Amino acid sequence: MNTVIIKYNSGNIQSVQFALERIGINAIVTDDAAQIKSADKVIFPGVGEASSAMNFLKERKLDELIISLKQPVLGICLGMQLLCKYSEENDTNCLGIFENVTVRKFHATEANLKIPQIGWNSISNLQSGLFKNIDNNSYCYYVHGYYAEQNEHTIATTEYGIAYSAAIQKNNFYGVQFHPEKSAAVGEQILKNFLAI
Amino acid sequence: MLTKRIIPCLDIKDGRTVKGTNFIELRDAGNPVELAMRYCEEGADELVFLDITATTEKRKTLAKLVRKIATHINIPFTVGGGISTVEDVSVLLENGADKISINTSAVKNPQLINELAKNFGSQCVVVAIDAKIIDNDWKVVTHGGRNATTLLTIDWAKEATERGAGELLLTSMENDGTKVGFALEITKEITNSVTVPVIASGGAGSMEHFADIFQQANADAALAASIFHFKEIAIPDLKQYLRNQNIAVRL
Repeated sequence: MNTVIIKYNSGNIQSVQFALERIGINAIVTDDAAQIKSADKVIFPGVGEASSAMNFLKERKLDELIISLKQPVLGICLGMQLLCKYSEENDTNCLGIFENVTVRKFHATEANLKIPQIGWNSISNLQSGLFKNIDNNSYCYYVHGYYAEQNEHTIATTEYGIAYSAAIQKNNFYGVQFHPEKSAAVGEQILKNFLAI
Repeated sequence: MLTKRIIPCLDIKDGRTVKGTNFIELRDAGNPVELAMRYCEEGADELVFLDITATTEKRKTLAKLVRKIATHINIPFTVGGGISTVEDVSVLLENGADKISINTSAVKNPQLINELAKNFGSQCVVVAIDAKIIDNDWKVVTHGGRNATTLLTIDWAKEATERGAGELLLTSMENDGTKVGFALEITKEITNSVTVPVIASGGAGSMEHFADIFQQANADAALAASIFHFKEIAIPDLKQYLRNQNIAVRL
């Protein structure tokens, strides 16, 4: 199997590659269109800021490429947010694969709600093969200040002040807000599940 | 529900773990990767590696070590100690560190916080603050507690956050190594004054101390070194205890 990690101006790409190595997968990190197109599985990771990431993708025409992909694609954290329609982070139009989904900013209005959310939170309402052998209320590691609202494509939810999308899926596109590459055994199982799709 | 985090801290010197900064003689505690893996298996939520290597030349081993840790560890980890430039951070993140922590260099050059947040995002910038009571006020101290400043801890915590710190690591030099418990009041004052998560450090001696820092001071995470290294408290026991006290933890 040929697994590709999309290379762009985002942090933590290396972490995803290391995590895949731990489960025995040698993934290629590349921004080469032909290599990405021909991959069996594509991972679109990300930690960073939405508008600069979108600009970078557009400059290299990776935006059109990602939209055109037919194989299973997994967006992680910022990668997932970029699959949505729009992000409140610096007023950014995203890729629009999840055409009605807006990415919103957490507001520190509720008592004790720290922004960004950093740490382990539970995922529930698991509704996809992505969560095979994962127990309801398993813990995953999050680091984020923006979230995708709940929508018809939500396949897992997490609560932080409000309930939001921990994961989304539409056709071949999957997105997770948490970091499976940093979520211990649970995260490794989710990565394995994605690679088995 | 977001859980409270338990974070073991490993002091690193020349690529090896050393036990306890409070001890006059640093004792070699072996391979940091092996110790880190043990903590992962025991359910640590994150790890902090603090490099106390003195010379620049020997610091090059740190990047290699970070890479080794990153390939073996499936939970997030922070690297701190001697970081003072964007380039330092770039090297550590490229080798797989999730976050970096800055302390003295941020006090000397507060603009560094802004630069790191802009270049790498606030999520990976931890500002570590060492605090000590001087003239009846909690002041910031630098250089591992050796140098006093006139900065009020609370003011520096707010400024660091405004400049882009994504998290604060607050160590009370009054409590560090005493095992009498964390510094509840200054921690509470800071958690009430900033909107970013606060990791409390210094003074952990019993499981009750962890419950206190979470319940009374609203810390988001608690860090300790020697009690974990010396196996005085086992992480699974600590987490079960905290859950029994109705504190949300990952088990």
